[in-house]
Amino acid sequence: MSERQVELEVLRYNPETDSEPRFQRYSVSCREEWVVLDALNHVKETVDPTLSYRWSCHMAVCGSCGMMINGEPKLACKSFLRDHPGVIRVEPLAHFPIERDLVTVIDDFMAKLARVKPYLIPKQAKSVEEGEYLQTPAELKRYKQYTLCINCMLCYAACPEYGLIPKFIGPAAISMAHRYNQDSRDGGRAARQEEIAAGEGVWDCSFTGACSEVCPEHVDPASALQQVKIKSTVDWYKEHLMPWLKK
Amino acid sequence: MLRLSGRGGAGLRAAIALAESSPGLRIALISKVYPMRSHTCAAEGGAAGVIKSDDSLEHHFNDTVGGGDWLCDQDAVDYLVQQAPRELIQLEHWGCPWSREPNGSVAVRPFGGMKKQRTWFAADKSGFHILHTLFQTSLQFPSIQRFDEYYATDLLVDDGRCQGLTAIEMRSGQMRHFHARAVIVAGGGAGRMFPFTTNGAIKTGDGMALAYRAGVPLKDMEFVQYHPTGLPSTGTLLTEACRGEGGVLLNKNGRRFLQDYGMGPETPLGKPVFKTMELGPRDRVSQAFWHEQKKGNTVPTQWGEAMLLDMRHLGEKTINERLPLVRDVSISYMGVDPVTDAVPVRPVVHYMMGGIHTDIRAATPLAGLFAAGECACVSINGANRLGSNSLTELLVFGRRAAMSAVGYLECGRGAGNDGALGALADAAQARIRALIQRSGGKESVAGLRKEMMQTMEQHAGIYRTGEGLAEACGKLADLRRRYAAIELHDRTNVYNTDLLQALELGSMLDCAEAVAVSALARKESRGAHQRLDFPERDDKNFLRHSLAAFNPSAPPRVDYRDVVITKSQPGVRDYSGGHQ
Amino acid sequence: MSRKPYLREVPKFRWFFRHPRYLRYMAREVTCIFIGAYTVLVLVGIMRVAEGPAAYAAFLQALQTPASIAFHVLVLGFSAYHSITWFNLTPRALPIQIGERFVPDGVIAGAHYAAWLVLTLAVLILAGAF
Repeated sequence: MSERQVELEVLRYNPETDSEPRFQRYSVSCREEWVVLDALNHVKETVDPTLSYRWSCHMAVCGSCGMMINGEPKLACKSFLRDHPGVIRVEPLAHFPIERDLVTVIDDFMAKLARVKPYLIPKQAKSVEEGEYLQTPAELKRYKQYTLCINCMLCYAACPEYGLIPKFIGPAAISMAHRYNQDSRDGGRAARQEEIAAGEGVWDCSFTGACSEVCPEHVDPASALQQVKIKSTVDWYKEHLMPWLKK
Repeated sequence: MLRLSGRGGAGLRAAIALAESSPGLRIALISKVYPMRSHTCAAEGGAAGVIKSDDSLEHHFNDTVGGGDWLCDQDAVDYLVQQAPRELIQLEHWGCPWSREPNGSVAVRPFGGMKKQRTWFAADKSGFHILHTLFQTSLQFPSIQRFDEYYATDLLVDDGRCQGLTAIEMRSGQMRHFHARAVIVAGGGAGRMFPFTTNGAIKTGDGMALAYRAGVPLKDMEFVQYHPTGLPSTGTLLTEACRGEGGVLLNKNGRRFLQDYGMGPETPLGKPVFKTMELGPRDRVSQAFWHEQKKGNTVPTQWGEAMLLDMRHLGEKTINERLPLVRDVSISYMGVDPVTDAVPVRPVVHYMMGGIHTDIRAATPLAGLFAAGECACVSINGANRLGSNSLTELLVFGRRAAMSAVGYLECGRGAGNDGALGALADAAQARIRALIQRSGGKESVAGLRKEMMQTMEQHAGIYRTGEGLAEACGKLADLRRRYAAIELHDRTNVYNTDLLQALELGSMLDCAEAVAVSALARKESRGAHQRLDFPERDDKNFLRHSLAAFNPSAPPRVDYRDVVITKSQPGVRDYSGGHQ
Repeated sequence: MSRKPYLREVPKFRWFFRHPRYLRYMAREVTCIFIGAYTVLVLVGIMRVAEGPAAYAAFLQALQTPASIAFHVLVLGFSAYHSITWFNLTPRALPIQIGERFVPDGVIAGAHYAAWLVLTLAVLILAGAF
């Protein structure tokens, strides 16, 4: 089992003692197959118990440990030391305020997610006694990819628009709205359009595509946003050029 | 006003039930993590509920009771199996992306110890989808107010009833008091007391310890489930659905060794047969591994001995469609692609059958306190939980806890004594302050935690002995004592994870001692509790639940309580295939 | 209150130098300026046609200068880059599902390239190039 001395450069910030963030260097002996999160845990256990960061599942489903690793938004539990031969620079997720060390303030994302009504608004009400809604595998496939979002917010850290326009609802939240819009059981698209087809919604997206490049679950938010744009455009033409189509 | 502490699947289910049934109620959801971080998200295989025409509630009942080695309360199991389909359909109505049959009805898959196909699944991320469906559904209820990243420290108990709790707001370090007429603890297990576990870092038994310290006994804590198939490198879970879909377990000679442990004869490759071979229950399969290791039949890896989980015959298409996460984590954390190679796996601590003692209404003996989820013990899991019953349990009993709490509120106990509650909260705060400010202590969080984990691994594993458990009890009592001399390195307020880990360690130590003491007292072998010195099940003396009662300065006292038996008398657990 | 969240400001200009993927994006977007410039040139040509044969002849004459040829080569290169990067993105904006499968990206992008080729040939035929 090979060991390696790993140099970590971690952005530290304690609001009670620091006026601004600073880098701190740790040199720890790590096993080659470890991920960056293991190295951080090793630092916390053996070198510096004051280092703060979020983590839980260590299998890329809980979405807690999103960080910038050598400038790239990544899940620390899925960033292998073997892929980072030199010094590893670890920073909190870009574009979010830093609460402390690698812990960011994510209130903004939580509020935006709630805004897009990310829940099923049934097309036809059905009681539990009547059994399940039928949904074919093809209908499931239509939205399944977008259900895989773990809310890790790497896409927000990658999105240049979100960095420049903090009001932008952003990739993950809009993708989640799109997920429900695409669901054969759902009839809530009109309600969601008010949020996502408006100024702070899809039209702030310039299709950089960075969100999809960094998504650890291959959700492809960029695709969702472009689809929302196209559908919204079709809506607009129908409304303004073919008003007789309106119910 | 009603408070929920813990916000995994059970807490969210309870919150939604409360918001739907009593819109006027103010509901506070308090959790040390954001809702989507809860460990429910790591459940993979699925949730059991009778839905297909060839299945029956009676089958589900019998599988569960037999699987639990007759330590389940049968009235509770009855309630579980009756409510299960309803709850799973309810989730479907809330948008859960269950996998489907070609005709659009929900698909089900076989699972260990289950006689029929009844495990609803969403590929191999079932828990993840259940959690996110519940979380997102909860967003439409304005009466549910979330307190994200608040660590609950103490229940406020006055006048013989629970009237709220205190919690530290992690982002500010401030202690908050929540007064409430009822509290539901909906936390997770405490798998982190072991070094090798599928459990996430957050599963430190805080909910259990919260109730335990407030005087509610912990029930059946000696029953700790080892999941047979975890990755040796990280302990990451490879769902039982791998075997449900047809994967097989091999020893180093390529033999499907389960046939040598009462789970044979061998079944055809890729055609799993219910309740035998690889679809045996988790306790039996994990125990078989232990014996294979003793015989030298296991495969050495750089992370220790392992067996092989062979899924190659399933083919790439099936693996991608039904087990995509399994493939992903096997490649990422083991460097093995299940499409082309057998994956080394070994048993890993996964679930605690025991927990906060509740009755069938999810009510604890403490008035005003209810519990659901892994932290609670109703008990429907008995001595060994069947895979895919826990997701169902958190739904059924999450809702049940909410209904019981509403019933309790309607009984209308009057307002509490604010002065007394304030004093309790101040005392809780003083305790935390003292922990932060203590100096000159010799003990570290990481040091004690390591010793605790080693003790549990060594003495409270798959097979136990009286001697080992006695040593563990002594060691844990000592660790609890030394815990009082812990010194923090971080004395600041904002997001102090040094403090958080110290508090979590305190929870784990209390739970660990309850496990070891209950295990030492149970002089029989049943389900997941196997004693080398008492290898037989002893229904005469131990067809009873253990109840460990907290003592701040001494090991817990263990009492017993009869199992509720309604229709299934204790029998032989037959997984030989002969029962078919 | 001990909280004091720290927000690292994003530079309002030059932000795209922070990461190669932002530079690639800017390259894609900036090339559209040249397409716009060429559109203006075509409009000018149409205006010249309207002004009469003499004006149009002068316009054609101007197109044959080395500077104009260099400009055209540049515009051709940039518009090709813009079109190619755009076509490669189309499968993302226009996914097509048939049954349980999505049409492969290559087919959707390929259809765009095919249409591009057909239109180009049509224009060339109309212009009498063959």
